[in-house]
Amino acid sequence: MKFSIQVNEGPYTHQAADTAYQFTKAALENGHEIFRVFFYHDGVNNGTMYGVPPQDDRNVQSLWSELAEQHELDLVVCVAAAQRRGIMDEDESKRHGKGASNIAPGFRISGLGQLIEAGIESDRLMVFGD
Amino acid sequence: MSTLHTVNKSPFERNSLDTCLTVAATDSTVLMYEDGVAGALQNTSASSAISDAMGQGVKFAVLGEDLDARGLSSDRVMDGISVVDYAGFVQLAADHDNVQSWL
Repeated sequence: MKFSIQVNEGPYTHQAADTAYQFTKAALENGHEIFRVFFYHDGVNNGTMYGVPPQDDRNVQSLWSELAEQHELDLVVCVAAAQRRGIMDEDESKRHGKGASNIAPGFRISGLGQLIEAGIESDRLMVFGD
Repeated sequence: MSTLHTVNKSPFERNSLDTCLTVAATDSTVLMYEDGVAGALQNTSASSAISDAMGQGVKFAVLGEDLDARGLSSDRVMDGISVVDYAGFVQLAADHDNVQSWL
């Protein structure tokens, strides 16, 4: 079955980012397809590469990047939500005259159309948030 | 048309479980996860609403990992509520026609 995942909450907030990750991982392990993971609202904070949690804690951002690499996941960060929260790729950073980009490996920045498409193309859209 | 309802907040903190139960229909399942697992415990103020819904044919499940994370034994879960793992959560989502997250 084809799933898409919407993540509305950042890491280390409550539990939604962790649940979304665990659900995505379990779906893949059980032979399902993940069409897209869409990060919206504070969920865009899952897509920064500059998170450095203590070594004995999980690194939610890198877990997503690793899962994306293993399974060629499409991790999409909402552009408007990302701009507000300072999540930028190279192009966005240049366009806004900022010094550096911080989007984590495996993530890309795009628009809400990607969420709509995920809803249309997938059998189920799972929403995780606060 | 069957629906999987997912509830992630405790019924003692938010009213999402109550709201969910007003619309959950026969053949639907309510999955309690994250802090929502508190709703699955025996003898709470949420128990009678859950029993009533069970009587109407609504099924209930709770995420075992989230019980464990809170030190809650599955022995304390109400009869009739099945304890599932993440694979079971995925299966429930696949088995129902659609999913409603009560955030």
